[in-house]
Amino acid sequence: MTALKIDKPIAIGIVFIFAILAVGTIYTLTHIGTAPLLQPTYLIQQLHFGAFLGITAAGMMMVILLGHIDLSVPWTLTASAMLAANIGGVTGDLTGLGVGLAVGLVNGLGVAYLRVPSMIFTLGVNTVLLGLMVMLTGGHAPQSAATDLMLFIGRDRTFDVIPHSVVLWILVSAALVFMLTRTSFGRYMYAIGNRESATYLSGVNTPWVIVGAFVICSLCASIAGLALAGYSARAFQAMGDPYLLPSIAAVVLGGTHILGGRGRYAGTVVGVILIVLLQSVLSLMQMDEAYRQIIYGAVIVVMLLIYGRGDRVQS
Amino acid sequence: MKTLRILIGQNLGLLLAIGMFVVLYALYVGMHPRYSMNVVTQNGNEMLALIFVSMAQASAVLVGGLDLSVGPLMTLTNTFGSHVLAGTGGNLILGVLACLAVGTAGGFMNGVIIVYGRIQPIIATLATGAFFIGLALLLRPSPGGRVNGDFSWALTNDINEFGYTYGWWEDLGWFGLLPMQFLILLLVLLAVWFPFKRTVVGRGVYAVGSAEGAAYMSGVQVDRSKLAAFTLAGFFAGCAGVYLTLQMGSGNADAPQAGEYTLRSIAAVVIGGTSLFGGVGGMVGTIFGAMVLRAITFIFRVVPEDSIFGFMASPLLQPLFEGVILLLAVSLGAARVFRIRNRLLLYT
Repeated sequence: MTALKIDKPIAIGIVFIFAILAVGTIYTLTHIGTAPLLQPTYLIQQLHFGAFLGITAAGMMMVILLGHIDLSVPWTLTASAMLAANIGGVTGDLTGLGVGLAVGLVNGLGVAYLRVPSMIFTLGVNTVLLGLMVMLTGGHAPQSAATDLMLFIGRDRTFDVIPHSVVLWILVSAALVFMLTRTSFGRYMYAIGNRESATYLSGVNTPWVIVGAFVICSLCASIAGLALAGYSARAFQAMGDPYLLPSIAAVVLGGTHILGGRGRYAGTVVGVILIVLLQSVLSLMQMDEAYRQIIYGAVIVVMLLIYGRGDRVQS
Repeated sequence: MKTLRILIGQNLGLLLAIGMFVVLYALYVGMHPRYSMNVVTQNGNEMLALIFVSMAQASAVLVGGLDLSVGPLMTLTNTFGSHVLAGTGGNLILGVLACLAVGTAGGFMNGVIIVYGRIQPIIATLATGAFFIGLALLLRPSPGGRVNGDFSWALTNDINEFGYTYGWWEDLGWFGLLPMQFLILLLVLLAVWFPFKRTVVGRGVYAVGSAEGAAYMSGVQVDRSKLAAFTLAGFFAGCAGVYLTLQMGSGNADAPQAGEYTLRSIAAVVIGGTSLFGGVGGMVGTIFGAMVLRAITFIFRVVPEDSIFGFMASPLLQPLFEGVILLLAVSLGAARVFRIRNRLLLYT
């Protein structure tokens, strides 16, 4: 079971998760006298909310593995949710996913065939999506109530215990792990991340692998958008903005190399849980936004200093 | 003739950026109902902070990195400046120097983490960016501060006003009509960037950006050049922060604004002909790249509503058109794909 093997980034990530829980518990025990952090309801609530970041980060990981990045995630997420809510019903849900598919295709074609650096091309696409949303919804109040499907995947729980968003996250994860480890497509993704020219010369249709990865990333963002709209019961402008940098951070904290070619999916899951817990514990401690940001930045640097260091350039 | 062709070939990105700016700005001037030097000064006010942030980004990009903390560092300097630029006289000069020192220190910190911590620049600066925003929030939990009015007036108008405010001169003819922003930018370029580029460390920045391994084997001080590039980025971000403070007259720890500046700076660098892979490009192109971005925004303000492009004047459509133009501008680089003979060259 290679998927469950523990390596250095994952081990240290898990240690940090327990450290965060310990610090938070000590704080609540001394200040409130209870330990809400250790209760299953709290942890399930964190997973429920963390699933949105988890799905986004899963998609982000696919493009980072190729050595690319997708900065259009925030408005792909927002546009999917807003359009789906605006149209409503099953048609709306399908439109939301269609947005993800279309954005992924545009990103992928631009990066793979026009060879524009992904960093800048997806940035442009993000601005275009923002503009489209302002054009379509500005000037009048659009219908923004979440559809039944959104509520089902984002808000509802089975037996009031198991959040559907977590089940969705697990399904997406299983599909991606299968793809990364058991299909040639997944292996090509690692190969391209390591050396694109060599992969091309080996006879792989590299442009299509790149397009595929971008489509997966945008689809994940769409799914996360639909679920998130269900969680907050409505879709709103800029709802995706807080998901861009944390999703990149989660992927990198999980041990995926930012330049591509290396990284395990389990690490991304650990990274997501770490970030969600960190944010939640800091807000539970009623920390000022200022200190939250400082600690957030410091934790990322410290963790990377422990295991994310690059090789010294020698030749 | 041949040298000219080589010169053009080497500066194609720069020429393209200048060309784009000239076309866009000419359109703007042509449509503006009351164009005058005042409008130029106003435009300069909106451009300069972005220009400095883009120069900061270019500094990091040239050495082969990417700096996601330039916007947050500008915001940090802005909040710091809103405290130290409230005095009078010599205190103001000290205040400006202190602001620049804060920016430079932030950049130096990035450099140390990247060089000695050996963490990828993009992810290291993502973290320090959050850190800087946190510090900015500590300095200004809510927007505020009152910058010395004379000082900010003097530096954000034309050269005549600068002299008039302090009683040094009244009318310098055509020279006096030039905006101060132009003078400030020229000063920073001449005093900081051009000398830096000519030093061994500055040359090393380009060398490391093109091929780090080769630079190392040739005896370039790789670490020193990288450290210098990120420190310089911090200095430019500090310049942006100072100017933003003067322009706004107050400080605001505005995280969305910081993010917006960072993202736009990347676009400006690319439009200015600097390669995101490092080692190719420069500051002058970047300055024009930033001005292209701003010119796009300006144009929509002056499109006559009754012309055939009147629909573009609708404020609801502006973000969309801005996005499309940005996308087209960055896709211009794709032209090389269609000229290339050997597909393998695409992957280098």
